Amino acid sequence: MKPSQLRPIVAALLAVAAGTVSGRAAAQTTPSSAPPPPATQGEAAAIAQAQADSARRPWTAADAQFMSHMIGHHAQAIVMARMAPTHGASPSILTLAARIINAQQDEIATMQRWLRDRRQPVPDAVPGMKMVMNGVEHVMLMPGMLTDEQMAELDRARGKEFDRLFLTYMIRHHQGATSMVSDLFGTYGAGQDETVFKFASDVNVDQTTEIERMQRMLADLVFGGVSP
Amino acid sequence: MTTLPPEVPVNPSPLSPKEPAMTRHLRPGARSAAARVVALSLTLGLSSAAAAQGPPSPDPRVGLRAGKYDAAEAAWNLRRLATAQPTEHFAESTNSDLAFTGNYAIQGSYNGWQIWDISNPSHPTLKTAYFCPASQSDVSVYRNLLFVSGEGLTGRLDCGGQGVQDTVSHDRLRGLRIFDISDIAHPRNVGNVQTCRGSHTHTVLVDPKDADNVYVYISGSAGVRSPNELPGCVRAAPTQDPNSSLFRIEVIRVPLAHPEQAAIVSSPRIFNDLTAPPQHGEAPEDVANAARLAAAARERGAYTAMLFGMERVVPNQIINPLLDSIVKARGGTGAATAADSAALRTALPDIIQRQFGGGPAGPGPRPGPTQCHDITVYPAIGLAGGACGGYGLLLDIRDPAHPVRLAAVADSNFSYWHSATFNNDGTKLLFSDEWGGGGQAKCRATDRREWGADAIFTRNGSNLAFQSYYKLPAPQTAAENCVAHNGSLIPIPGRDVMVQSWYQGGISVFDWTDAQHPHEIAFHDRGPVDSTHIAGGGSWSAYWYNGVIVSSEISRGLDIFELTPSAFISQNELDAAKTVHYDYLNTQGQPKMVWPASFALARAYADQLERSHGLTAARLTTVRGALSRAEAASGAARRTALNALATQVTGYAAGSSDAAKVRMLAGAVHDLAAAR
Repeated sequence: MKPSQLRPIVAALLAVAAGTVSGRAAAQTTPSSAPPPPATQGEAAAIAQAQADSARRPWTAADAQFMSHMIGHHAQAIVMARMAPTHGASPSILTLAARIINAQQDEIATMQRWLRDRRQPVPDAVPGMKMVMNGVEHVMLMPGMLTDEQMAELDRARGKEFDRLFLTYMIRHHQGATSMVSDLFGTYGAGQDETVFKFASDVNVDQTTEIERMQRMLADLVFGGVSP
Repeated sequence: MTTLPPEVPVNPSPLSPKEPAMTRHLRPGARSAAARVVALSLTLGLSSAAAAQGPPSPDPRVGLRAGKYDAAEAAWNLRRLATAQPTEHFAESTNSDLAFTGNYAIQGSYNGWQIWDISNPSHPTLKTAYFCPASQSDVSVYRNLLFVSGEGLTGRLDCGGQGVQDTVSHDRLRGLRIFDISDIAHPRNVGNVQTCRGSHTHTVLVDPKDADNVYVYISGSAGVRSPNELPGCVRAAPTQDPNSSLFRIEVIRVPLAHPEQAAIVSSPRIFNDLTAPPQHGEAPEDVANAARLAAAARERGAYTAMLFGMERVVPNQIINPLLDSIVKARGGTGAATAADSAALRTALPDIIQRQFGGGPAGPGPRPGPTQCHDITVYPAIGLAGGACGGYGLLLDIRDPAHPVRLAAVADSNFSYWHSATFNNDGTKLLFSDEWGGGGQAKCRATDRREWGADAIFTRNGSNLAFQSYYKLPAPQTAAENCVAHNGSLIPIPGRDVMVQSWYQGGISVFDWTDAQHPHEIAFHDRGPVDSTHIAGGGSWSAYWYNGVIVSSEISRGLDIFELTPSAFISQNELDAAKTVHYDYLNTQGQPKMVWPASFALARAYADQLERSHGLTAARLTTVRGALSRAEAASGAARRTALNALATQVTGYAAGSSDAAKVRMLAGAVHDLAAAR
């Protein structure tokens, strides 16, 4: 069998085992062909108007949707992490889970506050996003979130198997969060609000860093550590 | 003429009896604690055991009343000299980092930057306010040039405040702005260097071998720009496109005579093949051992794959299902054939990399973290400390455009490596962790002490060894964003002392001479900006500059402090610290501190020997008396006296428990004799 024939099998295996998240392509406008204007001095009268404009750069619906959706996204990570102490997780997973709970609880409070200050609906910190379609309530899952079946699977696991599933799913969960940030910044007018830009950037770098850490933990779990 | 000191010098009064210049706004409960702090400082001298004067208890930082400009304050061994509130267009913005030149402090802001004249540190005055929004407006200065970072999506080339709504726009500035501040009241924008991820922070590297250029290292953690906005930017991972804008830093060369020609000269991939483990340090023997085991397993016919820079044996639980699938895919049954195994060997690297490495395997080395948050260069020793994603890096920067990674450390308690500080002789490296990005309260009593802290490493050549954590010891409320942030060394000779910002946790001065036991020796804190929720505020950076500590307060303005003498820092040590003069300072371009010969320097070492019991009281009396008499003398008489004292002190070293410090004292006296 040639490697090329193997590819579909590999892909099928990966779909089950790894579940990589593919971020949607960022929206882009048509490139402008105009040359960049010369830099001008930010001085005196010319900027007086700009200062007035800048008092508060407006947030957009995309900003509010990001803050709103990420609450439900974070909430599921917290549910997952709270399983660790009762599911025989190893000490390193217990520490990781405690950090995730601490970090994401605080971030939920930040997002709720941001929405409340702008008189937007403030979702409760429960997994997913409730939506009513045709009179039936659905729970919408954001990128990387676990289905009910996957949550049940994680809940059934114990010990080393819990550790493995927790890492596998949390890596995917975090990748979903970073793809939500990419989508936000690829949207017209989004991320102009200082808090949103900083918050989303922080989520991005913190979770990207944590993904790499979890990948290493998962590798050590599956392949054994470096010690003989 | 110098004033004649007493025949047998006693330690100077540790605190001037006059009331601190600042007004204290304390709630009743806190007043007594703060009063006790002052009382303690007044009554106890240097010779008392430091333990008796340890940090005040209960800690007066707990329970301070909230308020933006009228919050209660607590201070210990620090005195606030002045606060300059933000001026008109900066009041509702976010103050950021600091740079210094001459008598000026340059304070970045998300709305631009302000230049303060701090000639009189008790009365800073605004020299220039320049409106030019960008986050984070990290600032550096070199001669007549000012460098300002822009990262956010709203920064504009024309410095306008209206933001940039389009996802692709030629109005947007993300990168480095360059200003000529020859006329400091009228800065001129002389150049901009656009970069693919903008500039969250930057570091000016002054190469001792290159008089014509300076180099600027750009660290950017935000997303990659569209190639339609900035040609050449590539969002794909390096495994998909070797020109990826991720996983690298940018090096800009700025010709000093032609700053408008500043341009990126290299984009070093300093993270390639990073093999640091998720724990402190890593023994090279472990890596070698893993390679040996893998080689032996390969000999036996086992499957191996490279992951995170290490060859690993792939266990049968992974191999067997894969082989079964291959057999099934060709419609066969039973055991796998040699051809099946060969097919799996070919496909295995990609499978393993995808499943456990976070992405498809590709040609070339594994990239490591995508960016640094900040890099501190120390040109005097040719090294830099990089705080990069999940790693602390040690870099060789002797070829400025081509930094080379020498070592990497990781730490399972660290969330996001934020900044680095060397001690003055370069034998230690302190990294800080900005857990929560600075917007969250991570100093609550419930937050673990090793999270959101500093990690102190000792350096031996290219090896870094973890020693301890340091975290602000006072618990803060849930309404105060608090985590380790920017700080600088304080030039106390013979010791490693640092001042550091902790956002709304205030500023903390600590001694990390003993790398395993860092401890706080001074602090200042205010109550939260708002008691009901985290309102942006607190100290962004606190740096020592020519005798004072300048702190950039995010919402309240510019604070200036002075250290007051205590059991932990004597007046002589402070006087010696003030002999170190900088013409300019970018903290991330760490200067080598050099102490000119002075009586204060010799007395500072004597005070340290008293503290460490490295000399007997009788010998200290002898030394101090001799120094006083020498200071009163002049010319040849002074020289002779000092040379005699230097010889005498050298003789003390043999019997001392602190011989190294005794030799430093002897050296200081000897240098004083040689000084004009």
